[in-house]
Amino acid sequence: MRVERIRNLVGGIIAIVVTGIVFLVPFIFILLTAMKPREEANLLEFALPQTFVLFENIAEVLQVRDYTVVRAFINSSILTVLSVSVMVVLAAMVGWTLQRRKSRWNGLINMLVLAGLIIPPAVVPTIYVMKGLGIFATLPGLILIEIAFGLSFCVLLFRAFAATVPKEIDEAAILDGAGPIRLFFQVAFPLLRSVIITVIVVQSVAVFNDFAAPLYFAPGGDNVTVQLSLYNFQSQYFTSYNLLFTDILLITIPPLIMYIFFNKQIVSGLTSGAVKG
Amino acid sequence: MIHSRKKSKRLVIGASVLAASLALAGCSGGDAGEDGAVKLTWYMGAGVPDDIATAEALAAAFNESNDDGITVEVDASGPEGVEGDNLIKTRLASGDMADLLWYNSGALLFALNPDQQLLNIQDEPWVDTLNDTYRSTISTEGGTYGAPVGNAMGGGILYNIDVFEAAGVEVPKTWDELLDTVKTIRDSGVDPVIQSYGDTWTSQMTVLADFYNVLGEDENFADEITANETTWQDGAGLKSFEKLQQLADADAFNADYSTLLFDQALTKLANGEGAMYPMLTFTQATFKQDYPDSNIGFFPVPGDSAEEVGLTTWMPSSVYSPAYTEHPEEVKEFMSFVASPDGCAVIGETRGNAGPFVVDGCEMTGEVSQIVSDMLPYFEEDKTKPAFEFLSAVKGPNLSNFTVEVGSGISTAEKAAGAYDEDNKLLAQQLGLPGW
Amino acid sequence: MTTIEKSRKKESALRRPRDLTRGAYPGWFYLPAGVIYGVLFLLPTVVSFYFGFTRWNLSSAEFIGFDNFVTFFTQERLNRGFINTLIFGALTSVAKVALGLLLAVVLTSGIFARGYLRAVIFFPVLVSTIGVGVTFKILLDPFDGLVNQGLALIGITGPGWLTDPNLAIYSIAFVDIWKGVGLAALIYIAGIVAIPSDYFEAARVDGSNAWTNFWNITLPLVRPATITVVILSLIGGLRSFDLIWTMTSGGPGFASDTIASVIYKQYAAGYYGLSTAGNVILFVLVTVLVLPIYLFLNRKSKEL
Repeated sequence: MRVERIRNLVGGIIAIVVTGIVFLVPFIFILLTAMKPREEANLLEFALPQTFVLFENIAEVLQVRDYTVVRAFINSSILTVLSVSVMVVLAAMVGWTLQRRKSRWNGLINMLVLAGLIIPPAVVPTIYVMKGLGIFATLPGLILIEIAFGLSFCVLLFRAFAATVPKEIDEAAILDGAGPIRLFFQVAFPLLRSVIITVIVVQSVAVFNDFAAPLYFAPGGDNVTVQLSLYNFQSQYFTSYNLLFTDILLITIPPLIMYIFFNKQIVSGLTSGAVKG
Repeated sequence: MIHSRKKSKRLVIGASVLAASLALAGCSGGDAGEDGAVKLTWYMGAGVPDDIATAEALAAAFNESNDDGITVEVDASGPEGVEGDNLIKTRLASGDMADLLWYNSGALLFALNPDQQLLNIQDEPWVDTLNDTYRSTISTEGGTYGAPVGNAMGGGILYNIDVFEAAGVEVPKTWDELLDTVKTIRDSGVDPVIQSYGDTWTSQMTVLADFYNVLGEDENFADEITANETTWQDGAGLKSFEKLQQLADADAFNADYSTLLFDQALTKLANGEGAMYPMLTFTQATFKQDYPDSNIGFFPVPGDSAEEVGLTTWMPSSVYSPAYTEHPEEVKEFMSFVASPDGCAVIGETRGNAGPFVVDGCEMTGEVSQIVSDMLPYFEEDKTKPAFEFLSAVKGPNLSNFTVEVGSGISTAEKAAGAYDEDNKLLAQQLGLPGW
Repeated sequence: MTTIEKSRKKESALRRPRDLTRGAYPGWFYLPAGVIYGVLFLLPTVVSFYFGFTRWNLSSAEFIGFDNFVTFFTQERLNRGFINTLIFGALTSVAKVALGLLLAVVLTSGIFARGYLRAVIFFPVLVSTIGVGVTFKILLDPFDGLVNQGLALIGITGPGWLTDPNLAIYSIAFVDIWKGVGLAALIYIAGIVAIPSDYFEAARVDGSNAWTNFWNITLPLVRPATITVVILSLIGGLRSFDLIWTMTSGGPGFASDTIASVIYKQYAAGYYGLSTAGNVILFVLVTVLVLPIYLFLNRKSKEL
């Protein structure tokens, strides 16, 4: 028994060291460099900062190019909040109806939903459609795009969890005279609370981190997002690594917060395919 | 059921938050209309600092001098490189471009489809004062579109005079002499040629600056390319690619050529860590400003004979305006300022005397740097020819990648020239040129 | 109410749910999502199959047959992307499966600090890909980067990870694996944890050791997780763009281009028809590769 305990302890320590080197060193490097002043940061050393200027760096990054980073954060926040909230409601409606309503169209709809996960979006035709609708290179247009691209994943989760809501509750509500809207929003929606949180958290991280969609569909100017602004600023920062890594640090904070508070939901949402297949 | 009132309250609050954010989102892209004074925005992407300084100086001078209440504001917020170019094309096409736009002349301009997208200013009086060669690079059959925001410049080899002296070498007058120079300098312990593929556009310089010699061999090369009557791989242009390959084969480059950036390359040259750097002469302003103690000279890419050395020239970039601008008259007034002796004076002050102006009546005054004075004789003796992109619209967008491949030893001159031909074919077909 | 009326009401109440069911879940619930999804995703995909065969400049399209596809597969700067996509997809999914399973087995054993370890390997999954790309681009710099400096400490001269044309795509694949293996591991952990302990009890009685446990019990029973990991990482790997674009922009030259970056480059150059043809090729590639694997793996699990 004791041998096993020691083995577990030793194994654990080895694992901590190895994972520390492989997984933590890059993040520590980001943090260290973000704390240094310019000359020290440009040395790119893995060493503690001699002068701690993290907050000055943050202030400077936020002011760069007329507060572009601040605007980018505002844009990304609006984008995330709006697209995820609409996505959740719409996908829940679809997933709920798919699971409840028996129809011969279900097979086709399921296939279309799966297509959304597999098929890469056809970018230039999408730009073409957006231009036709007058929403290209606008934030509302990008919001609609994120919704369109995110629906499939959400629908899958909602469909799976709709099965956990007993039909008796439906029937009770219907007998009480509830129409479909009241049935859904006032009865089903609250019961799907846990999966709603999961979807919101997972999709918020995904939309916040999205790079390709803003790059293609809202390339810049006033509606730049945080990922795009970091990418665009690379060349500008090459003599100021402290600012570059401060920007990366700032971008990492929102998902980090999500992870700390909603760890369980994120993990369950992303691994839900594992057991059921 | 009991919770329904709470739920609906939550829904209402949620819905109003959504509505408010939607309103915010809709507003965030809009421009507040201004009454009274007209404000023109000049978009130029996040490019070369010299360019931004020039734009701001021109804007400031114009704002001060004009009495009609027009102000010009420079917007240098965009990205560089492929993204920057893409953004410009996107914004132009989607009707989202600012009133003024800084962009190249020549082939790159034509790729923007100026007849349809840009404001035609061919009837403006100052258009006749423009140098003919320059004018052809901002005009199509359908009109003229820009005003120059810089000087004509040369493309060739910048070199560190002190390093040359220390190694005991002279400015080479033929390409073979240059290869010998490379060897001597390498033996003396200095990197002969600096390359900076961290900024891929710089990799094209050797090939592009050789164009005077290409035209020397086949003076109709540009037109033949446009008409699809010859190719880079089979025609006089192949030699330019071969020159780059010869440099690569001769181990002439710095060890960190693959990641070095343009600004870092200038630093290296100024510090004597490298002897030569194929580049344009607009860099003379950077050397004067940031490395005043450095001793940098310039010579054109040599050809086969010492008597036939000539300069490949670049036309300056220009300021354009989208066809749908809301203030065409104000734009024209600004352009007229730019293309006047006053505008030239501002340009001259900001960029230093970087090269001849392309507007009649504008002269360089005062000191010129070593680089410029090395370049001027070629203008005076009329031994200049414009670079390829100013004589033909068929400049495929991928040249810099092909030259990176040649310089890095990934590809050969012949293969790269062939690949460039294929790239050009795509462009020519996309532009709808006849004969392709 | 009389008994008869009560029973009649009960009857109709029993009957009503079935009829009401249809009404309670109306088809128009699909509509809002369907419109957005249809217009902004399905429509462009369908339309891409036309425009891929044209020379297109958004205002007019000229039908040119298979020219774009021929160009795509004959021009070296373009077909490089195709090969790289296959390499990248295969490499990253195999690595994520193998490493993910290994990590999951370790992290479901009695090892010390399991919770912390799981958190550490999973965090990169949530971080911005651009942030990771920029960071590793700097860490992998051949001269100033931490990786090569670290290697120099033990006497190895590190290569140009992102600047050697033969190495670039593999370096990027490594970073992609670094970022994604945590998710694979967590999926596997969920799968392993779901295996009823009776199996292991029975095996212990039969006198098995850790290796036979793994081979005969764990591996077959985590098949659903394997399917998920393979499919997810294959789809992601074949479509990968963000990391490649940030780290090398497909360079040096075209050495690390994938179909996704080729699509972008053609779009940026204004070759809209060619770019769309690239999209069609990617669509076909992903479908042709993912669907059979999905069916194959699923069928095998049914046999179990």
